[in-house]
Amino acid sequence: MRPRRATLKDSEQQARIFRRRSVLAALLVLIMFSGLIGRMVWLQVVQHDIFITRSDKNRMRVEPLPPNRGLIFDRNHKVLAENRPTYNLTLVREQAGDVGQTLQRLIDILGLPEDQREVLAQRSRERLRSYEPALLLSDLNEDQIAKIAVNRYRLPGVEVEAQLIRYYPDGEWMSHVLGYVGRISQEDQQRIDTSNYAGTHFIGKTGIERFYEDELHGHAGVKRVETNARGRALREIDRTPPQPGKNLTLTLDSRLQKLGHDLLKGKRGAIVAIEPATGAILAMVSEPGFDNNKFVTGIDTKSYAALRDDIDMPLYNRASRGQYPPASTVKPYMASAGLEYGLIQPSDTVYDPGYYQLPNDSRRYRNWLRWGHGRVDMKRAITVSNDTYFFTLAHRMGIDRLSSFMHKYGFGEDHSLDVWGAGSGLMPSRDWKRGRYNQAWYPGETLSVGIGQGYWLATPLQMATAVAVMANNGKWVRPHLAMQVGDQEIAPPFKNTPDDIKLDNPHWWDLIHDAMENVMSGSEGSGRASGRNLQYRMAGKSGTAQVFTLGQKEKYNASELEERLHDHALFTAFAPVDDPKIAVAVIIENGGGGSRVAAPIAREMLDAWILPDMKSSEEAQRHARKNESTAQQIATGD
Amino acid sequence: MMMDYWQRVYRRSRRQYQRLNWRTLHLDPWLLLALLTIVTGGLIVLYSAGGESTYLVEAQALRFGAAFLIMLLIAQFSPRTMQRFAWFFYVMVTLMLVAVDVIGTHAMGAQRWLTIPGVIRFQPSELMKLAMPMTIAAYLSRRVLPPGWLDLLVCLLLMGVPVALIANQPDLGTSMLVTASAVFVILLAGLSWRFIAVCGGLGIAAMPLLWFNMHQYQRQRVLTFLNPESDPLGAGWNIIQSKTAIGSGGIHGKGWMQGTQSQLEFLPERHTDFIVAVLGEEFGLIGMAVLMSCYLLLIWRGLYMANQAHDTFGRLLGGSLILTFFVYVFVNVGMVSGVLPVVGVPLPLISYGGTASVTLMAGFGMLMAVFTHHKTTPR
Repeated sequence: MRPRRATLKDSEQQARIFRRRSVLAALLVLIMFSGLIGRMVWLQVVQHDIFITRSDKNRMRVEPLPPNRGLIFDRNHKVLAENRPTYNLTLVREQAGDVGQTLQRLIDILGLPEDQREVLAQRSRERLRSYEPALLLSDLNEDQIAKIAVNRYRLPGVEVEAQLIRYYPDGEWMSHVLGYVGRISQEDQQRIDTSNYAGTHFIGKTGIERFYEDELHGHAGVKRVETNARGRALREIDRTPPQPGKNLTLTLDSRLQKLGHDLLKGKRGAIVAIEPATGAILAMVSEPGFDNNKFVTGIDTKSYAALRDDIDMPLYNRASRGQYPPASTVKPYMASAGLEYGLIQPSDTVYDPGYYQLPNDSRRYRNWLRWGHGRVDMKRAITVSNDTYFFTLAHRMGIDRLSSFMHKYGFGEDHSLDVWGAGSGLMPSRDWKRGRYNQAWYPGETLSVGIGQGYWLATPLQMATAVAVMANNGKWVRPHLAMQVGDQEIAPPFKNTPDDIKLDNPHWWDLIHDAMENVMSGSEGSGRASGRNLQYRMAGKSGTAQVFTLGQKEKYNASELEERLHDHALFTAFAPVDDPKIAVAVIIENGGGGSRVAAPIAREMLDAWILPDMKSSEEAQRHARKNESTAQQIATGD
Repeated sequence: MMMDYWQRVYRRSRRQYQRLNWRTLHLDPWLLLALLTIVTGGLIVLYSAGGESTYLVEAQALRFGAAFLIMLLIAQFSPRTMQRFAWFFYVMVTLMLVAVDVIGTHAMGAQRWLTIPGVIRFQPSELMKLAMPMTIAAYLSRRVLPPGWLDLLVCLLLMGVPVALIANQPDLGTSMLVTASAVFVILLAGLSWRFIAVCGGLGIAAMPLLWFNMHQYQRQRVLTFLNPESDPLGAGWNIIQSKTAIGSGGIHGKGWMQGTQSQLEFLPERHTDFIVAVLGEEFGLIGMAVLMSCYLLLIWRGLYMANQAHDTFGRLLGGSLILTFFVYVFVNVGMVSGVLPVVGVPLPLISYGGTASVTLMAGFGMLMAVFTHHKTTPR
């Protein structure tokens, strides 16, 4: 049976116990709640500042705003490098829902082949975070954009994104000068302020793009955005707009550049044209070229390997980096040195039996014309490019004086202002040879150097610079490519300009110019075939460089080997003689005789620049072919 | 005659009208007022926490409407009936817990739900929050109090089986609350301080045992509580974000629906377990103080009502229910503000959720019942 021991008294006692305990409980509740309130005071009052900072750090994100890269123009405001909007298709997984279904619809809508499905699926997974857009397709065409716009409601999470990308309209013949931009590499990160490049994907790798990287890039802006916990930006709080990169106007004339490209088509060679008065580089062509647009988005390894391993080295900028013996083109400079040192008088003659012999030496150093030119004075020596005369002069001068005077023309040093990666060539000297080979200098070597061969190497840019200095009567202006950076004019005088070359008798310049003019128009002139029907006074000097060695990496078959052993054809010129507007250096690798192959090209360049109407490139090519054939008939040498 | 009849009718209806007071309705106006205040405030916070979702607020309001009806209904039962019904209820719920273990529905890594297809889906462990104090109170109210060793042993047995079943689901929070509800009955029944000291000592000694019986995620929670910075993006994320939310609220708060931590979704489970952090962020220290005051008044009123019960069963049951409610509040707010480890306990009357609010209101219904029902037949 049920125990009924609970009496009234018990009940009262229990009620009393209960009351005591519940009062205790009420007290405990109060204390513990006070503890919680204390905790709140600690968090919300004492540590408030810490937490408000932490909560702001949570929600605010600083996003970089990349600046638009500056455009590059030629001297006539033709665009050489622009920013092309491309449209990319992106997918945000977080918003897409059923990714597989969305991709299938996309394939149906765009009519893509079914095998693209796997590719797209893989690309959609590339991004780690589901709220970040993954790149599905790039460079959409208008038709595709329209199709996607119409079907937008069926494609959740799919966006067409506009992005600016570098584009070079004249890639093929501007690539070496302009260089290109490419994805920022580990190596690049060493030389940049990474915070300024936080939102930038591309950086100048070579050429102008590299040299003027800081100016072209501009300054990144930032925007602060409020984000949710998944990192998605919800709204913008404020922004510092980016400062776009400066536009760059180059001294180049793209028509002249294009002409040079056309003239060299199918050959290996380089042309550099400079305006002597300002040092402005009007054209700087290197052939063969390549399409630098391929490098912007990242060239695939196979195509890159093909370019890199091409025997013709299309990636190599011959104009600024190629090193060639300047050969007979240096003879006018040698003459100026001889006059200045007082070793010759303009009227002094040397008898040329067809060779030169050092005293007490039986070895004969041959003139290019085996039976000799007979008696030659300075003017005739330059006109017919007599070797014996300059052997004699070089021997009298000695290597030390020769080397130091040729340094004044810029040989052996890079004096360019803004040509990225320009070579410095090699001006040999006694000290150089000791340092390089630990050998004494032999007098016979002076003779080779005296006619621009031997160890002497120069870049086409240096040759053009030297002839420009010659045209300027020794006045130096550093060659440069930029005419205007932003609002700032780039004009001489430049810092670190080499000292002008001073001759005791300034009239000597005229004598040398006269001799160079005679090269083009004299009856014996080595370039007379290219000097016909001149409408202005042109001065020139040909050169033919013997090819002694081959490139180390090259492998070729017998017929190619033979072709590549041919002499390099060179020609330097300026015009008009009384008021030089252009100086040019042309080199055709393995082209043969300079006057036969290089001179017509130089003439075309001068014609194009000086004559009022710029000829169309087609016409120029026809002329080039015609002149070539006439030159072959005359068959003069150096 | 006619006049007389109408007079009689009038008098009777007037008598009946006079009799229609809170007590005859078996309700307590003060408790009701506190409940309504907290629930209404909770809906306002929920609107903000749910991202201005009227759906959540409507669902919650409906749920509380239903829960209020259940409360009113339960308040009509006399404690005597409850006492008689307790054992049956206890056995039923325990059987359901066994059923959950066998055929229960999985959700979020635990097996807590019992589904009767097409009819209802519920957590029997929630019912145990009521069944447990009822049973222990029913048992102890028939014994000589204060309880002795034997009573204690029986109680421990009654408590142990369901608690073990719930802990096994696993549901640490509920098993803890069920345990608390039983313990409160025993303590309020007048268990001598000597016993309390001994049991407390044993409990502390059993801590390592508990540690080794915990699930990995439960251990992780404790470790995270001890050092939340050890894993700021993983397990520590919740507690760091909730502290940041509360702390950044300051004294005045960021304003309703202006809390960046909650609106920008940094705060996890912001409309359920961590809703108090939303309140702390948006209404600041002032809001927290108001809320805690409301809870304090509610609990004090509850304790007073339990004291006014007319028999031991009613007192013990009422006292246990209201103190368990306190544990609810304390554990939740303590966990969100980082003084207690993260245990899945919602904030009563405010957190969005189903079964819990119904059982809570049923509990308040019982409290009202023990307060308002007079002893009609003396024992």
